[in-house]
Amino acid sequence: MSGSRLTRRRAITLAGAGVAGVAGVAAGAGALLKGSHDPAAANDHPAGAVPFHGEHQAGIVTPAQDRLHFVAFDVITKDRARLVELLEEWTAAAARMTAGRDAGVLGAVGGMPEAPPDDTGEALGLPPSQLTLTIGFGPTLFRDADGRDRFGLADRRPAALAELPKFPGDALQPQLSGGDLCVQACANDPQVAVHAIRNLARLGMGVVSVRWSQLGFGRTSSTSREQATARNLFGFKDGTANLKAEDTDLLRDQLWVQPGDGPDWMAGGSYLVTRKIRMLVETWDRTSLAEQEEIVGRTKGSGAPLGRSDEFDEPDFAARGADGKPVIAEHAHVTLAHPSRNGGAQLLRRGYNFVDGSDGLGRLDAGLFFIAYQRDPRRQFVPIQTQLARHDVMNEYLRHVSSGVFACPPGVRDGGDHWGRGLFG
Amino acid sequence: MRTTQFFALAAAGVLATAGLAACSDSDKGDSAASGGPIVVKASDTACEVGSTDLGAGTATFKITNSGAKVTEFYVYADGDRVMGEVENIAPGLSRELHVELPAGTYQTACKPGMSGKGIRGALKVSGSAQPLTADAALGDATDNYQRYVKSQTAALLDKTEEFVAAVKAGDVAKSKALYPVARTYWERIEPVAEIFGDLDPKIDGREEVIEEGMEFTGFHRIEKDLWQSGDISKDGPIADRLLVDVKEIVAKANAEKLSPLQLANGAKELLDEVASGKITGEEDRYSHTDLWDFAANLEGSKAAVSALRPALQQRSPELVTQLDTEFANVEGLLGKHRDGDGWKLHTALSKAELKDLSDGINALAEPISKVAAAVAK
Repeated sequence: MSGSRLTRRRAITLAGAGVAGVAGVAAGAGALLKGSHDPAAANDHPAGAVPFHGEHQAGIVTPAQDRLHFVAFDVITKDRARLVELLEEWTAAAARMTAGRDAGVLGAVGGMPEAPPDDTGEALGLPPSQLTLTIGFGPTLFRDADGRDRFGLADRRPAALAELPKFPGDALQPQLSGGDLCVQACANDPQVAVHAIRNLARLGMGVVSVRWSQLGFGRTSSTSREQATARNLFGFKDGTANLKAEDTDLLRDQLWVQPGDGPDWMAGGSYLVTRKIRMLVETWDRTSLAEQEEIVGRTKGSGAPLGRSDEFDEPDFAARGADGKPVIAEHAHVTLAHPSRNGGAQLLRRGYNFVDGSDGLGRLDAGLFFIAYQRDPRRQFVPIQTQLARHDVMNEYLRHVSSGVFACPPGVRDGGDHWGRGLFG
Repeated sequence: MRTTQFFALAAAGVLATAGLAACSDSDKGDSAASGGPIVVKASDTACEVGSTDLGAGTATFKITNSGAKVTEFYVYADGDRVMGEVENIAPGLSRELHVELPAGTYQTACKPGMSGKGIRGALKVSGSAQPLTADAALGDATDNYQRYVKSQTAALLDKTEEFVAAVKAGDVAKSKALYPVARTYWERIEPVAEIFGDLDPKIDGREEVIEEGMEFTGFHRIEKDLWQSGDISKDGPIADRLLVDVKEIVAKANAEKLSPLQLANGAKELLDEVASGKITGEEDRYSHTDLWDFAANLEGSKAAVSALRPALQQRSPELVTQLDTEFANVEGLLGKHRDGDGWKLHTALSKAELKDLSDGINALAEPISKVAAAVAK
């Protein structure tokens, strides 16, 4: 449909449809993720559980849930065995929590009265809410800032896990960036996502320390054709041209690390780039509709590329208007990020909006917590972001304040497997 | 839906030594159930357990085999971990099993023919074992800590007297030097002090905890005047009041006998004090001498744990190892900030240094939070 007269109510309905869409494809996603597992655990309502075990980690091509709690940890122990033990404990807790159970074996109310419960309790009575927990390893786990091989892993570091270069205009805050480990928790209930991260952080006391964390809402990308495209806080549909779970061949080429790409332990995994992008929404909101659309390269209502009518129409970069100028500007966001300008590179985006209160200057502290998975950041995120950082007119309204890059290993196969087994084994 | 009940795992190294199978005429009834042993009627096809809802502590089962096969009796925790067992109960005989069971969910099993999974039944154990001081090691812990309180309160009284005298003499420099020292003895035994709820805020209340109609007095009021205005000329009555209150709490603290559980919880509370008040610099916001308090809280926590150590060593040796490691870690982290006989000011530490201390305290506080349960077992 042409969305030239999209009412607010209609937009809300669509957003609702996005959530319903999650339910619609859940079973399909289960089939994608389950590897050799039977689909008994697949869910037919939004409250269902996403299988934890499988060929790939859940939380990547899983239909994007509505809420995020993302955390980056520093490893503070020097003891490799203790770190591995924590990864085993985390895996067991993650398997339990994603199935809608308590973090610990005794549970929030099943232990001794004199002991602190082994689950924090705020998810008691809540359904699994499609919780997924996805782990990643940062470059500093392999060598710290001083170049020390901390855990004897340096020779296992994939070349693709390179620190990101500094992009023009970056305003990164070191304390909000990087991390030795990360865990992405996504769920359709924020309380479930927070509960998961809180319990993992607690299990990690003395071994890891929370470096930074981020809450997000209103997924800004769809990772499945079944989902309506959601909107970012600029009010535009975001992620129309995203990689989708259904694009099996593209996922092989663009998302999943293939055997021979690097060390074996990463085959079947994916590289994650996070960027916390503050949006200066107050100045954006004073920008005319025409200029907003010119900056993005899409119409605000339907999300169609300028000059086309449907959201999913391919942008026509050759089209000229009556004035002889390109219909889609050379420096429009859509142009700069398009695969045709980036050697065919695509990303699987999974970002979330954030509002962290306000900044004391009367402005919302809001923006996009950008999340992208890919086969090799050096050939995908880096060239795309280099283009955007140099030429994107949108930069006037953006500040990149945090950045992270992580190697997300393949899925946990079964109850005998654990996060990081391939890396530490 | 999330289930709230799981099989109890033996959290921290549960001790569950089955009392050796005793003959039927032996009388060892210290069962946690209402007097007498729990009667188990075992046959070749049944396993009737007289009571399946017990209080925590040592349970005594009396198993009578009315079957034709030799049988066994087990109490299992989750994953068929054996909490206690009696083997070789011949037809017609009775045997007893003594087993210490912390709160949790268990299974009982009779095994006629001494094979297979047996005839299972659910067993629920709730509450806590009492009285703890019956245990000699725990009794020693209480006495040991009482001696510690005695020595600390004596020093607290001495140093408070010196501090009060300096304040009343108008000697700002001397008062400033004595302030963190006197507080050290206070902070070490704070869990005891907090038992006396009305005195604690008078002695150690920060400005924001003073309720409507209550006067801001005590250490922190004098601290504010010493460091903020430098004028202590009107603090004589406040100093006198402080000494009266400290004397009262010293007398009360020495009359108080802390239970092992109070000790364990006190050790944890001291670390919570560090985590919530000292790391943030809220405690000594005018003088910034928070690290003196930090060190004292840590020492007090260690004293309580040390008092419990022999009992913990019996109950949960791996917890003791963990506590030793983490105490040493925090002591090392804090040691970097020594300054002569005292400590650097809170304001001299970078955010990264404070985060390291916070991580260290968290790493220690998690195992310390398990001490109470280990004691209660």
